[in-house]
Amino acid sequence: MSASHASEFPVPLASRRSATGIPTGRLALWWVLASEIVIFGGLLASYIMFRLHHPHWADEASHTNIWAGGFNTFVLLTSSLFAVLGHQAAEQGDGAKAARFLRLTVVGGLVFLGVKAVEWRGEISHGFTIYRDLFWTFYYTATGLHGLHVLVGMIVLWLVAGDAARGRNLHRVELIGIYWHFVDAVWIFLFPLFYIAR
Amino acid sequence: MSAEASEATRHPNYVRVYLTLLVLFAISVLGPLLGHPWVTLVTAFGVAAVKATMVAAYFMHLNIERRYIWYLLLTMLAFMGLLFAGVAPDVLSQGGQNWRHVRPAQSAAPHH
Repeated sequence: MSASHASEFPVPLASRRSATGIPTGRLALWWVLASEIVIFGGLLASYIMFRLHHPHWADEASHTNIWAGGFNTFVLLTSSLFAVLGHQAAEQGDGAKAARFLRLTVVGGLVFLGVKAVEWRGEISHGFTIYRDLFWTFYYTATGLHGLHVLVGMIVLWLVAGDAARGRNLHRVELIGIYWHFVDAVWIFLFPLFYIAR
Repeated sequence: MSAEASEATRHPNYVRVYLTLLVLFAISVLGPLLGHPWVTLVTAFGVAAVKATMVAAYFMHLNIERRYIWYLLLTMLAFMGLLFAGVAPDVLSQGGQNWRHVRPAQSAAPHH
């Protein structure tokens, strides 16, 4: 960026100061994730409460597809590896390599959502809709909310990858990576709660 | 500390972490197949907690993040525990003077 351009668009004070010693972007991201913990945590805590009270939900859980859920766990773990390798490449200043890893992460997200769509289609066609039972209400709400986070993450990953490929804003590679790992960590809990515990 | 050493400290061997996560994932799927409730509890949920901690520590770099972030996240987890502790007695217990079991047929009738 030229000096004249820089003066035309001065860097805001909020992005230069750091009372905590943590870069502002990363600090903001952690606050977002803190709010996400309350959102997903509240939902899952409520599910666990009702699940403990309704042992027969194990029968309902037996209709979820453990192999599809397991495959999606594998896919998300692998995409997380790509995201963190992208971060490593970005720190080494290799924007093109970082972009490649981020795009592979997006592919992982696409596969995840594709498997989820096939899974939902099968469940709905067999009558396991969101209205069938409170278990299925929790199931569709939790996995749907998680899927929405995957979708948002994919869009931002794609945008950051475009920037990284041009060597711009490489610090954002770490930020979207942290978000993606959080989405992965949430799924790590959703998988046993809805698929394994039966 | 040299730049290379610093880089190695900040970036562990991610492929090794990933392979460990895959082994834990296999345990979490195979353990519950034994059909023992305690084995299921440990292998599914215990291992899930270990996996999530590993992702947070090594992939999200919480192991080298400032304490401020730890306090922030732990506070949110405490709120989650508070919600559970506050609401669970109502959901899990059917005792008390104000508890009334409403049968589905009765609950279909309008309440005034």
